[in-house]
Amino acid sequence: MAGWSEQRGKAVLLAMANIDTDQLIPARFMSTPRAQGYGRFLLHDVRRTSEGTLDPAFPLNAHPDACILVVGRNFGSGSSREAAVYALVDAGIRVVVAPSFGDIFAGNAVNNGLLPAQVTETDAELLTKALSSGPAQGSADLASRLLSIAGVSVPFQLDEVWRTKLLNGWDDIDLTRQHAADIAAYRARLVSEPGRFPFDRAS
Amino acid sequence: MSAPLTLLDRLWSMHEVLRREDGSALLWVDRHLVHEGSHHAFARLAERGLPVAEPGLTFAVVDHYAPTRRAGPIADPAIARMIETLRGNAARHGVRLFDLDDPDQGIVHVVGPEQGLTLPGLLITCGDSHTSTHGAFGALAFGIGATEVAHVLATQTIWQRKPRAMRITVDGTLPLGVSAKDIALNWIARFGADGAQGHAVEYAGSAIRNLSMEGRMTLCNLTIEGGGRMGMVAPDEVSFAYLRDRPQAPRGNDWTRALDNWQALASDADARFDRDVVLSAEEIAPIVTWGTSPEQALPIDASVPIPETLPPAKAQAARAALDYMGLVPGRPLAGTPVDQVFIGSCTNGRIEDLRAAAAVLAGRKARVPGLVSPGSARVKAQAEQEGLDRVFTEAGLDWVASGCSMCVGMNGDLVAAGKRCASSTNRNFRGRQGKGARTHLMSPAMVAAAAVTGTLCDVRPLLKGRPV
Repeated sequence: MAGWSEQRGKAVLLAMANIDTDQLIPARFMSTPRAQGYGRFLLHDVRRTSEGTLDPAFPLNAHPDACILVVGRNFGSGSSREAAVYALVDAGIRVVVAPSFGDIFAGNAVNNGLLPAQVTETDAELLTKALSSGPAQGSADLASRLLSIAGVSVPFQLDEVWRTKLLNGWDDIDLTRQHAADIAAYRARLVSEPGRFPFDRAS
Repeated sequence: MSAPLTLLDRLWSMHEVLRREDGSALLWVDRHLVHEGSHHAFARLAERGLPVAEPGLTFAVVDHYAPTRRAGPIADPAIARMIETLRGNAARHGVRLFDLDDPDQGIVHVVGPEQGLTLPGLLITCGDSHTSTHGAFGALAFGIGATEVAHVLATQTIWQRKPRAMRITVDGTLPLGVSAKDIALNWIARFGADGAQGHAVEYAGSAIRNLSMEGRMTLCNLTIEGGGRMGMVAPDEVSFAYLRDRPQAPRGNDWTRALDNWQALASDADARFDRDVVLSAEEIAPIVTWGTSPEQALPIDASVPIPETLPPAKAQAARAALDYMGLVPGRPLAGTPVDQVFIGSCTNGRIEDLRAAAAVLAGRKARVPGLVSPGSARVKAQAEQEGLDRVFTEAGLDWVASGCSMCVGMNGDLVAAGKRCASSTNRNFRGRQGKGARTHLMSPAMVAAAAVTGTLCDVRPLLKGRPV
């Protein structure tokens, strides 16, 4: 995964709270191999009418080139399915702006180069107002932790560890394998602790 | 004197392999549970040619796609492929698999405790948000995404930032007909579906102490619906009695030594929590959800909310939810006709849940069709031994095999568009039980009451004069 320091592109408003991961990608699509692409599953049922056709009034249908999504509180709550992040990333989304995110979703996002930019309720309202008449150009800068959308500039919160990860695009497995000796030492201490290994594996 | 510690502090420091200067910790994982959804993570491992670091600490369970009617081959090739892929990955890496025909198969969060794989003081991860369930034993247990699953498979460790600590104390005695499910939906309705975001939740108080392990698991399970990735209860005699002689629990001298360690797993009396809230058990009533988020829940004797009377931030969401749910603002919730019922899931598919539902259904007929799927093959066998299966089938409900089933619909057990389901599950999200499905979450006893009357209704009058 490549690191990045700035994203620029079209910002689109989805003024809904509690967009859970079941809505981001319904369960029935999750047996698909990732290589086939998940972008077409993003908000699959939300963006369609009850007849199953794409709803022209849904913002992402009119603007499939969106890069930044501005959404309501508790975005990505629910299931731990990383497929929700795959659907966003494969559809070209690089930044999601919200007053709050589901904990598991936010971690999954960072692991796939997607920025969960947390803003205050007040700033979220400013951005919502700025986008209420339609999409606009926007940017997100990791160094300054600033968003600039439709001419409105607001700061966003991001854990320092996560910022470093997005900047570098690091793979945790490589990072962790450098600590193999520490892990082996920890494991060696476990053997004498009752219950740390299942009964049929305990020596 | 050292600073007082929370249970979270104790569990966290026990598992730290190392801590970086930026505060992120590398934690040892004692048990890694995987299900069919692990295909992304195993694919990543294969790309890099890596083995599973600790196959002896990794356990695979067929649950999300498990057919609940097991006769004959699996008709849907996509479902068959998901299960085959898990079988292949488990075999390739020497991982114990609880397959469809295994007498110990079941939903991963039912199987773990039942097998004694879940123990106090362990760190347990699984690529499923309801992993918080295992915290009921005083374990540090949380759901992870596919990238993290691959990392745990490859290294048996996980990088985490320590969450803040929140305590929910419930004191008093739960009224008749009120269960752990009602405690959970009550606090989620009060603090919001993101009320515990960024926090690990410890449950304390006399009402929690008086819960069985099944009840504690229900409560910890639903913690994620209030935004908390981890729920936990300090282990006590109730936990130890549940675990004793479980297949994978320690035995003999090891059991005695383990007990000594486990008894120290509690928060200090003067420990400080970042958030500390107290609820009264007596004030909790049977509760049902009316919307499309678990926070949209009310006591059964309430009326459907009128969006105009809600705070502006909630009004719009309520309007959209009521439109989806097909409910009329201002009408009583009780009396709303349901089309079907579902009893099961990692939230409420354990033996005690089935007993509670059967206590309502015994000698009565269900007015609507429904599915009862026990949380595991062991729960199924025990229920059949107790004759509960006959209570369900004589009432007219279908008694089927175990799996995640109609909670998430991946196995094809779906609620049709526009149909209303009274459900003992964990999520009333749009489309969760099927495209266009309308889900009302409630306790298993309340689902049974809905089956008997064909409507959302208060279970308490139906319990009068019955042994519960």
